[in-house]
Amino acid sequence: MLIRFEVNGSAVEVEAEPRLTLADCLRHQLRLTGTHIGCEHGVCGACTVLVDGDAVRSCLMLAVQAEGAKVTTVEGLSDDAELTPLQKSFRKHHALQCGFCTPGMITTAHALLSEEPDCDAARVREVLSGNLCRCTGYIPIVEAVLDARAAYRDNAGGVAGKA
Amino acid sequence: MKLPPFEYACPTTLPEAVQLLAAREDAKALAGGQSLVPMLAFRLTQPTLLVDLRKLADLRGIKITETGVRLGAMVRWRDIEDDARLSTAHPLLQAAIAHVAHYQIRNRGTVGGSLAHADPAAEMPGIALTCEAEIAVVGKSGARVINAADFFTGALTTALAADEIIVEVRLPPWPQGRRWGFQEYARRRGDFATAAAAVFFDEDASGRARNAHVGVIGVADRPLRLANVEALLNGQTIDGGTIAKAETATAAAIDPPEDIHASAAYRRALAGTMVERALQQAGK
Ligand SMILES: Cc1cc2nc3c(=O)[nH]c(=O)nc-3n(C[C@H](O)[C@H](O)[C@H](O)COP(=O)(O)OP(=O)(O)OC[C@H]3O[C@@H](n4cnc5c(N)ncnc54)[C@H](O)[C@@H]3O)c2cc1C
Ligand code: FES
Ligand code: FES
Repeated sequence: MLIRFEVNGSAVEVEAEPRLTLADCLRHQLRLTGTHIGCEHGVCGACTVLVDGDAVRSCLMLAVQAEGAKVTTVEGLSDDAELTPLQKSFRKHHALQCGFCTPGMITTAHALLSEEPDCDAARVREVLSGNLCRCTGYIPIVEAVLDARAAYRDNAGGVAGKA
Repeated sequence: MKLPPFEYACPTTLPEAVQLLAAREDAKALAGGQSLVPMLAFRLTQPTLLVDLRKLADLRGIKITETGVRLGAMVRWRDIEDDARLSTAHPLLQAAIAHVAHYQIRNRGTVGGSLAHADPAAEMPGIALTCEAEIAVVGKSGARVINAADFFTGALTTALAADEIIVEVRLPPWPQGRRWGFQEYARRRGDFATAAAAVFFDEDASGRARNAHVGVIGVADRPLRLANVEALLNGQTIDGGTIAKAETATAAAIDPPEDIHASAAYRRALAGTMVERALQQAGK
């Protein structure tokens, strides 16, 4: 089936079999390999992208269901020249080691902070509870997200117009 | 695993959706995909056609009137969480749904999908049963309403015919001042319940309980209402002594399964504790 949607601000047109997940469509058809696939059945959160602003698991969505939607992947949060305040905060707090979970953590935290820039540590933990990280022990990730809140209060996390 | 091949249709009207499901024996409805897509990935089901319900706008609303709360089948967990009216119109529902799954899944998973999927540890079927909800469905032979008590027939099994689509679930009105509690234990918040309890009762002029409803999930092949515990609560003041009796009666009334997460004995004790805590919560 021919489907049209928007990815990171650009219109795309893809020929997709119905059984193709949005995750595989992004990675293989559109070569946006920032979106990672860990479990392929909805438990790890590595594949999180934003669809019309909502964080969703792209391995549990069919590409054909994205018809007409605005999809944002981790690549869409910053331009290549500079990291966003949230990404900088991850670096500052050592919130990643192997980096496999990081795109899902960043997209999920971005969705959270865009809606709730005043959330507390308990809320951050609750929201990230569905994202598995086998390296960091989570504490630096929570710290990084909390530290990035100010940027969302002031200017939409430095990604206004892109999310 | 990658998903098995299937065809896909995205109808814009309910009759069209029913027709598509009726025309092919192994067609399946697709709502949020948060249970169906994992089932496909594990090859536990291999439908040849998925009928996506996402364009059926009539299935999306939350209606609150004097006849109760109506949740359209395509209402997402997120919508229930965000609807401020429900904190008085149905606080038990909102409290239970707060335990369903994780952030991203809550943006897609739906009421109708959860009822149709009928996981024995899922919250929505437990609330529908405990609150005596009606489930409105439409199929090729027309519309009908199924009582929640008749809807869940086993693990992942319901009274729905293959061509029937859930349209909405209707929860009876929630009087002001009703006492309620919801308690769940899961290894990690958002995971399916190891065991959970939903309780509510009204109080007569002397402060005694009447109209007690007690439901448990995660302890059988479907959600259960515990008539023996309800009978024990009705007419009583809900104090420490009554609550202790209810805990014992809960453990005696159920015959939970054993699995990798918990032994039968542990689940039995846990269900008793969940009922105990839910009643304590209701008394506060
Ligand atoms: C990691 C993870 C954790 C989860 N944790 C929980 C949890 O703690 N508690 C919980 O309750 N759920 C949990 N879920 C499941 C989640 O809530 C699902 O969204 C829900 O059970 C199914 O809803 P859905 O809209 O995604 O349905 P789908 O996956 O689209 O469909 C599920 C089934 O229902 C049928 N169906 C869907 N809509 C209709 C309809 N309107 N009429 C007739 N049939 C229909 C489909 O054909 C399919 O058989 C979890 C899921 C994941 C991936
Ligand atoms: S790859 Fe999607 S949740 Fe794990
Ligand atoms: S940094 Fe390795 S999995 Fe999170």
